[in-house]
Amino acid sequence: MAEIRNYTINFGPQHPSAHGVLRLVLELDGEVVERADPHIGLLHRGTEKLAETRTWIQSVPYMDRLDYVSMMCNEHAYCMAIERLLGIEVPIRAQYIRVMFDEITRILNHLLGIGTHALDIGAMTMVLYTFREREDLMDVYEAVSGARMHAAYYRPGGVYRDLPDRMPQYEVNKFKNANTVRQLNESRQGSMLDFLEDFTNRFNGYCDDYETLLTDNRIWKQRTVGIGVVTPEQAKAWGFTGVMLRGSGVPWDLRKKQPYEVYDQVEFDVPVGKTGDCYDRYLVRMEEMRQSNRIIKQCIEWLRKNPGPVIADNHKVAPPPRERMKANMEELIHHFKLFTEGMHVPAGEVYAAVEHPKGEFGVYAVSDGANKPYRLKMRAPGFAHLAAMDDIARGHMIADVVAIIGTMDIVFGEIDR
Amino acid sequence: MSPKLERLSQVLQEVLGDKLRSIVVDRGEVTIDVAPENYLGVAQCLRDHADLCFEELVDVSGLDYSTYGNGAWSGKRFAIAVHLLSVAKNWRLRLKVFADNDDFPVLESVVGIWPSANWYERETFDLYGIMFSGHPDLRRILTDYGFVGHPFRKDFPVTGYVEMRYDAEQGRVVYQPVTIEPRENTPRIVREENYGDVGHG
Repeated sequence: MAEIRNYTINFGPQHPSAHGVLRLVLELDGEVVERADPHIGLLHRGTEKLAETRTWIQSVPYMDRLDYVSMMCNEHAYCMAIERLLGIEVPIRAQYIRVMFDEITRILNHLLGIGTHALDIGAMTMVLYTFREREDLMDVYEAVSGARMHAAYYRPGGVYRDLPDRMPQYEVNKFKNANTVRQLNESRQGSMLDFLEDFTNRFNGYCDDYETLLTDNRIWKQRTVGIGVVTPEQAKAWGFTGVMLRGSGVPWDLRKKQPYEVYDQVEFDVPVGKTGDCYDRYLVRMEEMRQSNRIIKQCIEWLRKNPGPVIADNHKVAPPPRERMKANMEELIHHFKLFTEGMHVPAGEVYAAVEHPKGEFGVYAVSDGANKPYRLKMRAPGFAHLAAMDDIARGHMIADVVAIIGTMDIVFGEIDR
Repeated sequence: MSPKLERLSQVLQEVLGDKLRSIVVDRGEVTIDVAPENYLGVAQCLRDHADLCFEELVDVSGLDYSTYGNGAWSGKRFAIAVHLLSVAKNWRLRLKVFADNDDFPVLESVVGIWPSANWYERETFDLYGIMFSGHPDLRRILTDYGFVGHPFRKDFPVTGYVEMRYDAEQGRVVYQPVTIEPRENTPRIVREENYGDVGHG
């Protein structure tokens, strides 16, 4: 009689389906997972500690690098925390810009999430299509901030600058001839809002394409239906938020329940799942992208009609405009003090949370009145999700672990911080 | 104060009574402070009481108050701030607990009440060295295997103590004392109360 024993394998940290640097120690009985022990921290950079040594504004770019596929949402939570500590108001136009870019970010995130999830479990084509659309949206990021990913566009008190009047253009090079470049630049002739509007008109069609590829795909359903089922009670006990909670049928969305910025002014629906398996969460993500598209359209319409300031007119917090700084002594002093010593945030503590594409992203900031945070804690949604990996994966086949990692939309920048 | 926060603080006062050390409503958030010996009981009550319903633990954050206000702090050094969320009632609460012993801070674990506390408590232990009695698996989580010290304590330098490099002669990775100097471009300053008063920008 052969000796039967459990087998322990190391999944990652260099596995392509581990979404970064996840080391998962799996104890297997044949192909069935008996225990999953995620080892995290391989990407730990001590962002929270570093932030304690920088002025408040210097930490804004660190936020981009937390969840590096939904950059602006991270900045949003951080800026909101500072604004609440200071008790300042953000101009209405900046609030609309923020909502618009939050939704752009949501689409960016879900495109990558669904694309790589499908890639992980064998549907190679999806990722090629979703990255095509991500390209357009990252061009919007670039137009507005100069960076395709790490934008540092949101600032305490508003956003860095108003929306640009032109889009960056493609240029002829050895890979693209004049004809291709002309076609690519066709939608980029107007302002950034024109380009974005064109995108929103195209995007629902793209979503239909994705659904054709996946929604009724037999193999996709075999790999996701009934996999990683989470009941609403479990989801709450494990601290799930966002799609992981909504996929189980709990209608919880901070944009509706605790509205921030102008989310109470725009119309959108919150999709919820039924069974709480990977397939439901995929459907929720698809519908969320369509809803985000709807919000972006409303924001574009509003932003076209209502020009105005995009950053608070309080030069203790936000820098004065360049021209005024060059001409006015007091503004020069403000500028100098703001970029050397930084702003002083009144003592107190605050927890600001936004509906990040992955769940609730919160920033807990403690200030003692200095020009630097006393303590900054980022609440990353993925951390709570990954913590439940052991409970979810138990009893599944080893191949399903990949599907579960994909559905959790794990990104290590935010989990390891 | 919005009516909702008022109701929440009222309910908290009724239900928890003298177990509350303090209750603060500031900037639209409610913070309660409880003694470590009451922590577990209060946590259980917060989750199970029909008028409170905090069914989700959203975050646990360690805090080291040793240099707060450039040494103006006179209370206990270590604390945790637990952020709770009620999906049913749509409200939030911050629960703060200060550990009694500054040299060996120990608090009770709430894993039995909210399973999501598991990793958050591991993280707090890893970064701040706060022990959680009753935790099923209190290992380090974010730092390296075999890491020494608790890096988020205020007396731990940002540069750390050791660095790692590949040694060609020994043919392996070695640890050595850090070679970089700590550097501070902008000093930390706590100004007087109304300095740069934001209200009069």
